[in-house]
Amino acid sequence: MSAVLYDSPGPVARRRELVGSVIGGLVLLALIGLGVWYAAGKGVFGADRWDVLYDPPKGQTAADVWTFMVVQGLGATLRAAAVAAPLALVLGLLLALLRTARHAALRVPAIVVIELFRGLPVLLMMFFGSIGFGWDAFGAVVFGLTVYNMAIIAEILRAGLAALPRGQAEAAYAVGLTRRQTLLTVLLPQAVRTMLPSLIAQLVVLLKDSSLGFIVGYPELLKSIQNNAQFFGNDYYVALFVVGAGIYLVVNLSLSWLARWIQRRTTKTAASPKQVDTLTTQSIASHGAGHAGGI
Amino acid sequence: MDVIVDNLPTYLQGFASTLRLTLYSGALALAAGLLLAALRVSPLRPLRAFSAVYVEVLRNTPLTLVFFGLVFVAPRFGLITPLGFWTAVICLAAYTSAFVAEAVRSGINSVGIGQAEAARAIGLTFGQTLGEVVLPQAVRSVIPPLINVFIALAKNTSVAAGFAVVELMATGRRLGTANAADGLWVLAGVAIFYLLITIPLGVIAGTVERKVAFSR
Repeated sequence: MSAVLYDSPGPVARRRELVGSVIGGLVLLALIGLGVWYAAGKGVFGADRWDVLYDPPKGQTAADVWTFMVVQGLGATLRAAAVAAPLALVLGLLLALLRTARHAALRVPAIVVIELFRGLPVLLMMFFGSIGFGWDAFGAVVFGLTVYNMAIIAEILRAGLAALPRGQAEAAYAVGLTRRQTLLTVLLPQAVRTMLPSLIAQLVVLLKDSSLGFIVGYPELLKSIQNNAQFFGNDYYVALFVVGAGIYLVVNLSLSWLARWIQRRTTKTAASPKQVDTLTTQSIASHGAGHAGGI
Repeated sequence: MDVIVDNLPTYLQGFASTLRLTLYSGALALAAGLLLAALRVSPLRPLRAFSAVYVEVLRNTPLTLVFFGLVFVAPRFGLITPLGFWTAVICLAAYTSAFVAEAVRSGINSVGIGQAEAARAIGLTFGQTLGEVVLPQAVRSVIPPLINVFIALAKNTSVAAGFAVVELMATGRRLGTANAADGLWVLAGVAIFYLLITIPLGVIAGTVERKVAFSR
């Protein structure tokens, strides 16, 4: 779109654009430089703020610090996600099937469950686990992540099913498949395939939300950073935070890019039956899940 | 059940705090998000890049990490923010603005490219094309996802409970530990208040979306 909004630039406009870009770039650089200069004035870049990462004080080795953050911290984060994600997928699939059932007795409870958990903060669900049911922090975190994400995944799959062309179901019925066979062997595999990018994006959300464990007392990545900073001294917060933020960004950005890559690949496969509807599907999915859940 | 009724004033205080958090940070996020979206389609490459990087980074960062950064790390830079309410507003706004920008951008992209081409063809300028042709049409398809962003924001205000803001979630936690035997009821009360915000907004988003889909 942005390419159409203005004329493709001629020599004069290109020059003006170049000047503008250079000035804009310089202003941005100047702002960053100012921030760096200010931070340097506060001694943020001194070796005594960063040596915790390679030569920590208090008789610890760098290996201790990194093991504590990466193996224990990130490990705990990934463990909670690794338990919650499959659970949420299976339960979400189940809910999606119930949601599309013919009998209202099955459909209505599924709708209630989905709408309820979609409308509540994940943190509240975690507190339900810890304060309400008296579980340990791990159980509470997994519970919160699972119930929220299963509702979102159910919505994603439902949107995927709804976006399939009617002919798919009609053809399956025509060759004599039962309703269940149609759903399981014809419709669902296609819906999962179309919705794979949204499902992966939801995985990023789940991973991000696992950091809420910090608040309910689960010793995940953020908590391990805080523990390290409290042990070695508050001045190390900057260095440790940079590492933690870096880890989150690397993991989440690679997942996001994987989702985008899969999306590009599936959109390109013109042979896939959904090509007509990719746009609608995406907008439904991003509405049903991406935006509401994503944050 | 009685726990909820007995503590209704406390609940209402927490609820009011959550509402204020949502409104203030929502307004800030909307302004910042619109600015970011405008930068994203601007002709100047550094501004485009800045907006893209900001949105991409914030979207892949946990909100808890943003709070953590401002509350624990920023003071190391000598940047001591007033603890509590306004820090939470800044964090929530900074985080949500990335999602607002993304929703607005995809709304702009959803307007048929022929619209912009036609506007250019009759000689409208960049500003006119965007302001009089593209944006008025984009608004319709932007509103439902935007409402969803604000629903998410309302839920996200609960994260502030972990950083010394006494809103609905923190209220619930206090009441829950004080009345341990009625923990489930206390939390159910909190849930009702959140649903009071999220369900009506969700219904509005759904209605608007159906209207938009129909008028296409």
